[in-house]
Amino acid sequence: MSIKNSNRSKLFYTGLAWLISTAIFFPILWTFLTSFKTEAEAISAPPSLFFFDWTLENYREVMERSPYFRHFWNSVVISVGSSLLGLLIAVPAAWSMAFNSTKRTKNILMWMLSTKMLPPVGVLIPIYLLFRDLGLLDSLTGLVVIMTLINLPIMTWMLYTYFKEIPGEILEASRMDGATIGEEILYVLAPIALPGIASTLLLNIILAWNEAFWTLILTAAKAAPLTAFIASYSSPEGLFYAKLSAASTLAIAPIIILGWFSQKQLVRGLSFGAVK
Amino acid sequence: MATNNSRALARAMLSPAVILLLIWMVVPLVMTIYFSFLDYNLFMPGEHDFIGLLNYEFFLTDPAFVDSFFNTIILVVGVLFITLVGGTGLAILLDQAIYGRNFVRIMVLAPFFVMPTVSALVWKNMFMNPVNGLFAYFATSLGFEPIDFLSQMPLTSIIIIVSWQWLPFASLILLTAIQSLDREQLEAAELDGAGKFSRFRFMVLPHLSRAMTAVVLIETIFLLSIFAEILVTTAGGPGNASTNISYLIYSQSLLEFDVGMGSAGGLVAVIIANIVAIFLMRMIGKNIEG
Amino acid sequence: MLNKLCIAMCAALTVSLPVLAETLTIATVNNGDMVIMKELSDDFTKKNPGIDLEWVTFEENILRQRVTTDVATKGGQYDVMTIGTYEVPIWANRGWLLPLDKLDANYDLDDLLPAVRDGLTVNDKLHAAPFYAESSMVMYRTDLLAKAGLKMPKEPTWKFIEKAAAAMTDKENSVYGICLRGKAGWGENMALLTAMSNSFGARWFDENWEPQLDSKAWHDTVDYYVSLLQNYGPPGASSNGFNENLALFQTGKCGMWIDATVAGSFISNPEDSEVADKVGFALAPDNGLGKRGNWLWAWSLAVPASTKKSEAAMKFVSWATSKEYLALVAKEKGLAKVPPGTRQSLYNNPAYMEASPFAQITLDSINAADPNNPTVDPVPYVGIQYVAIPEFQGIGTAVGRQLSAVLAGQMSVKEGLARSQKLVKRSMRKAGYPKN
Repeated sequence: MSIKNSNRSKLFYTGLAWLISTAIFFPILWTFLTSFKTEAEAISAPPSLFFFDWTLENYREVMERSPYFRHFWNSVVISVGSSLLGLLIAVPAAWSMAFNSTKRTKNILMWMLSTKMLPPVGVLIPIYLLFRDLGLLDSLTGLVVIMTLINLPIMTWMLYTYFKEIPGEILEASRMDGATIGEEILYVLAPIALPGIASTLLLNIILAWNEAFWTLILTAAKAAPLTAFIASYSSPEGLFYAKLSAASTLAIAPIIILGWFSQKQLVRGLSFGAVK
Repeated sequence: MATNNSRALARAMLSPAVILLLIWMVVPLVMTIYFSFLDYNLFMPGEHDFIGLLNYEFFLTDPAFVDSFFNTIILVVGVLFITLVGGTGLAILLDQAIYGRNFVRIMVLAPFFVMPTVSALVWKNMFMNPVNGLFAYFATSLGFEPIDFLSQMPLTSIIIIVSWQWLPFASLILLTAIQSLDREQLEAAELDGAGKFSRFRFMVLPHLSRAMTAVVLIETIFLLSIFAEILVTTAGGPGNASTNISYLIYSQSLLEFDVGMGSAGGLVAVIIANIVAIFLMRMIGKNIEG
Repeated sequence: MLNKLCIAMCAALTVSLPVLAETLTIATVNNGDMVIMKELSDDFTKKNPGIDLEWVTFEENILRQRVTTDVATKGGQYDVMTIGTYEVPIWANRGWLLPLDKLDANYDLDDLLPAVRDGLTVNDKLHAAPFYAESSMVMYRTDLLAKAGLKMPKEPTWKFIEKAAAAMTDKENSVYGICLRGKAGWGENMALLTAMSNSFGARWFDENWEPQLDSKAWHDTVDYYVSLLQNYGPPGASSNGFNENLALFQTGKCGMWIDATVAGSFISNPEDSEVADKVGFALAPDNGLGKRGNWLWAWSLAVPASTKKSEAAMKFVSWATSKEYLALVAKEKGLAKVPPGTRQSLYNNPAYMEASPFAQITLDSINAADPNNPTVDPVPYVGIQYVAIPEFQGIGTAVGRQLSAVLAGQMSVKEGLARSQKLVKRSMRKAGYPKN
């Protein structure tokens, strides 16, 4: 009786979960499918889900119009570069706050987060002028720096909450055994902290990949990432749903694939101090 | 001795981050403060006269300012509400024993990876468009008048789009939290005769409160400065119906090229952000320590 | 002298060492004609081996922000910019644009249509070369109008438009009598409304720069516009701009559409348009007051003063706006796709007039537009569908939002115009008008 019951409830929950998750995923699926339709089919009523003449024409046209692979490469450099640089700065800071916390630690942390709340447009003109004078306009270096600064607070905080969960006793034990600080970090902390660091890295790659304000304002051609690639489709030109879909798919596919492959790592460290 | 040493080291490790962020914050901020007192329009080269508080006066008495202030709040609160409630529901659902859980999780997670510009464009054109959109098709085939989302309910439409993007994030954090719940305690409570609701209300929910504050904090940071979604879909309209503070400042600095007024607006936004930050800090204070 | 020597040497160097190619960064809008220019630009790089091209293509509003930010801060990110008749005089007067005095020897300036050339000339020097120019006109479905038992006059009145819209509307089958711009923006709904208001006898400012938006003439304009669209327009009209309406018309959802003449080639081209063989054209409507509601706009290529590659940039501008380029497009893409509205020689070509049913109306509309005397009553400003002062982008957009809210039914015409009047007054006070 009870087994049958739990079986039935499992089926019910499975059905419900599939229904809801398909609904959530549907816009992405629809975009993907539309990218293979002709423009006329893309707006046809009734819409066709799978049964249409699949075509790659939209991809050809979209790639012809702007150099996709250069934009893609710029996105990779900016997001990975800024995330690595950010880790380099954020790991020591988070480590120090987590294991040598003082009365001010929490205030520093909150202050860091509050810098993220400033609306970027408020400082647009000053930053533009600074970049012009430093010769950083339309350069990957400039964007890596900006992205690092923007995501540094989140990185620090994420790592802090993660490090915080590492029991201090382990460190004390290793200190008793006479480990130096270097050894302590390398042999004791690193293995435990790795999932947190990996997840921080991944989250920041995603955030930097999708950032569409500074990457658009501060670039022209050479350093423009995929956000610029998609921006030329932001107003329609005649029938354009299929081309928009193809461009969208090209812009989001790399990061979705990365996210799916690494979702275990991403989720594992994504606790933000939420799990205790 | 050792403690002194490690303190110094700790400080040395912390300082790069702090110094960098200080520069990142202070330099533009000082420039913004300076600009906010000037009559500085990008179209008017040459001398920029000092005009005192005139920019602030114009920004704060702009009827759009009050509208955008409330729109910002509605937007943040609306998205937080939807993602917290929906996220809790999804987290509980995903926590059940279901077939193909990994695949379901992958699908739920996906919107989080989508560029805001892309999701806004896709929603606006392929779903919410009143003539060629999918929603319009369903409405007409059911015999209803299609809803013109972006002009009849602009702010709601934007809340829907943004909630779609942030729902995965909330669900995942909450799911991680639920999975760390002590199962034995729950079972014990069940044996003691506690109903589903009271188990949820008195055991699951309190356990989730830390995760919820984390979600609120992170999302608020991003939601306060929502901009791309508005620019792409409604451009703040019709009227000021979907203008938030970020967008208002944007339109002043980049549509009117009034750097002075944009700077004044930027500072007002900074002050509002700080008030929110203090409020959040109070709220989270206990939860973050630990 | 030294300068010339240097230039000569540099030129020699670039020819002998193609490795040192100069790269021009060109900012342009994603309109169909510019997309063609980009596709055909191999022709330019082949003729000029020392020059490489980088394209930055954006939607109109994003493009405008980026080039304006760049040119005003002298950022120097772009070497060629695509700007319109609104920007050219304002920017040129501030010294942000280089005068185009080194155009190709056989460029033939006198071939440019006078109305267009005048708009781009500041201090007797051309500061931007017209890439394509447009006025506005009525585009309509001949089949639907015939079915309704009406005939389009060559010079329709607003009254006739309303009658025809009512007769063509068939909401059951998603056919709407009239499509007009409703999306907020000074270059979107306000371009149409401002041009339209001219024919209703309205004006933005009186001779003393006093805003006139609460005048009766403006009321009549907006009243007419709102009731026309609410009764016979498509759903969601308040978020439709040029491109949205183009898509609607091409898919057969509009009976009439009053918009840029450049749309003529898009709707009569069977590749893009489902109704290509059923379209007719007429001049923009009037109200018998002596002004028609047609505007004038020229997308033009300009060279910012902040560029370090002015020589190469001018070469490119010459190429893209030359007669040879028009011939190239005709050869590669077909005669109807030639960028319209800039050169008289194009309209002297019988083959073109034959291939493009919209050509004569386009030419007549452009020639009829007079930016220096746009209104019935005198005004202190230049510009038909805009007011050529820097503040107009801001106030035009702000008013555009109010009027799109009126169209969406969120407030009455009266309230919308009262709010607009207040907004404009504020902005003008802040900007220090009246200026002496």
